Amino acid sequence: MPISTLRGAFRGALAALALFPALAVAAPAASAASPSPSASESGTPAPATKAGTSFLTAINLAPGQDANVAASTGDYLYWAFGASEGQTATVGLTVNLAPTPDRHGPQTWSVEVFDGLRRRQSCTAGTQNATGETTTTSLALSCTLREVRSWAEPWSGDPLPGTYYVRLSLSDAPQPDLGLAASVQLHVSAKGDADNAQPEGGELKAPLVPPVGGGAATAKAAAPEEPEEHWYTGWFSGWNSRWFWTVGGGILAALAGVAGYTLTRHPRGYRPARYGAVPPQSGAPQPDPYAGSGRP
Amino acid sequence: MTTGRRPKARLGSLLAALAITGGALLSGLPAHADEPSAGSAGKEAPRVDLVLDVSGSMRTADIQGKSRIAVAQQSLNEVIDALPAETEFGIRTLGANYPGDDKNQGCQDSKQLFPVGKTNKVEAKTAVATLRPTGWTPIGLALRGAAQDLGKGETTRRVVLITDGEDTCTPPDPCDVARELAAQGIHLVVDTLGLAHDDKTRQQLLCIANATGGTYTDVRTQEQLTDKVKQLVDRSNDTYTVTPTKTAGTDKCENAPVLSPGVYSDREKFSEHRVYRVPVKAGQELRASVSVSLDRAVARDYGVLLQATSTAGQELVRGTDAGNGRTDVISTGLRWSTNDSKGYVTASPSSSASAKPETTVCLVVSNSLAAQPGVQADPGMPLELTVDLASASSAPDGPAMGLGRGWILLLVLTLAGLLAGLVFGWIARWRIAVWREN
Repeated sequence: MPISTLRGAFRGALAALALFPALAVAAPAASAASPSPSASESGTPAPATKAGTSFLTAINLAPGQDANVAASTGDYLYWAFGASEGQTATVGLTVNLAPTPDRHGPQTWSVEVFDGLRRRQSCTAGTQNATGETTTTSLALSCTLREVRSWAEPWSGDPLPGTYYVRLSLSDAPQPDLGLAASVQLHVSAKGDADNAQPEGGELKAPLVPPVGGGAATAKAAAPEEPEEHWYTGWFSGWNSRWFWTVGGGILAALAGVAGYTLTRHPRGYRPARYGAVPPQSGAPQPDPYAGSGRP
Repeated sequence: MTTGRRPKARLGSLLAALAITGGALLSGLPAHADEPSAGSAGKEAPRVDLVLDVSGSMRTADIQGKSRIAVAQQSLNEVIDALPAETEFGIRTLGANYPGDDKNQGCQDSKQLFPVGKTNKVEAKTAVATLRPTGWTPIGLALRGAAQDLGKGETTRRVVLITDGEDTCTPPDPCDVARELAAQGIHLVVDTLGLAHDDKTRQQLLCIANATGGTYTDVRTQEQLTDKVKQLVDRSNDTYTVTPTKTAGTDKCENAPVLSPGVYSDREKFSEHRVYRVPVKAGQELRASVSVSLDRAVARDYGVLLQATSTAGQELVRGTDAGNGRTDVISTGLRWSTNDSKGYVTASPSSSASAKPETTVCLVVSNSLAAQPGVQADPGMPLELTVDLASASSAPDGPAMGLGRGWILLLVLTLAGLLAGLVFGWIARWRIAVWREN
């Protein structure tokens, strides 16, 4: 192999080494952008103007869909949205209270979130309950859920991919205030994606959605978006940043291997002038230029 | 009694079983829980009956300067105009005909103004326009009448009650009537709208709405009334087909009803235990949830417990929730999956080798609710149970097929490559040296 080629390869390897970090950093960002369900549709769907009154009749919200509902003070309002693994959902609500002259005392509203099995989900942040005096015109409520896990023990109550129910209720108010007109705005946002879902490699075979059937025609509840099925699904779990890191590592290892090899074959400063010019097949035995014992 | 959806439900559970057992098992499916009611739900139309109070007090002019009846009539006009095509709509009046003072006669005064069916909008509006405030307020009677108007069936029926006064014909207490109607399992929801703002009326209407899972609205403006009734008609359209299958749990697991995946409704009294059975195959995951509606005044603190036990009474897993304060339902859920190796599970002997062992799981629903003084204990509170079987998800065996990530990984791989290169290089040198010497 000519020296120039080897040298070129070595330089190329160095260049690739320098370039790689940029590539590795860019990769997860690129993969994160594509499967995010909230940003996929062209434009967000129009806000829902309805709310359910029970778990069964909860109004399903599309990803990114808001709700804007007229209600009566004291109604129990239900919505359902889907969350997939790795997402951290935040439910934000604004309650516009009834006009002050009609009210008799402070009102406390609360937001609660339940998973597809109607198990209460903890809020890690946000104002779950808010109390408004008679002069307050609106209340802001919010609840940030835990990050949805990709898998959990059946005995645990960890959040899993599936349906999530939001229930807005009036938890405390003087009875004369019940039934007064109020209006509610709901916004559900989610951040994070499957790439960082814990535990890694975990998979829930079927999302935690309420069963369909049994009743005459129970509505299908909001579920996280299903990834596309391909013939290779099952063999190949999909692109994630680990692929880039691992392939990149392989390339680096190969280049480092070549570099290491080159180093031993051509130690700088010890390259004999004749090397490569005269084929050492015939003639008198020559001192080996590489034999350490041959050098002083 | 055969139902249109029974084969469908069975097919669904069959498919699920097939998917799980790899198509090996084609028989031995659990018997369906008792389904008392019949009828194909898809064909029924949403049915709404509007019950309008036309008692003498409706003359009072206190809504934005207009009389209550005028406001109600104008709102109804708009509602009738906006009726969705598929909705079967009817109107019943109470206190519209008997102007006298005889309570006995006055309290029998509830009449179907317009039968529940496809509405002729012009006729309906004319009929509403002719109403004049007249008599008494027999709400209980009117509710019973409305339930009859709506008929029985598989789908949810909605009664919209617009009234301005407390019932002047107690007994029967309209709230008891509402609870009794709800307990009949005829899927009746009563939404109430109050035109007067006194405490007694409000209490009564809240109680009626609460007992049937409906809503209560305190009407202050005509616009509010119109919008609310429209919203209720829409809600009926959206959700009338969502009705759980009726079942009846027992107090022991041996004779408990066997449930297949689906949504069920039942009733549970204070401190009662209700037990159901679900057969779960190995490799399946049982998912169950339960909601108990607090349709009456209960003590401040409350709780619900859903336990999954083996037939021998060993607890497998539990779901629980508790709370306090004003709420409509308390609910909880659980997941549980089988694994043949578990000692405490008594697998039924299977005849064919391919059949997976089946475990019968008993679901025990209990509550820690207490009635407030003077609250009826019977009938029990509405209970909703969902049962689902999905493939069990095994514990993950590591990150994405052994792929790695991170700078340490890169460093390790690079160093390994470098070392390998060096070693090979040295070997090659050594080999050349050896070869040259020979």
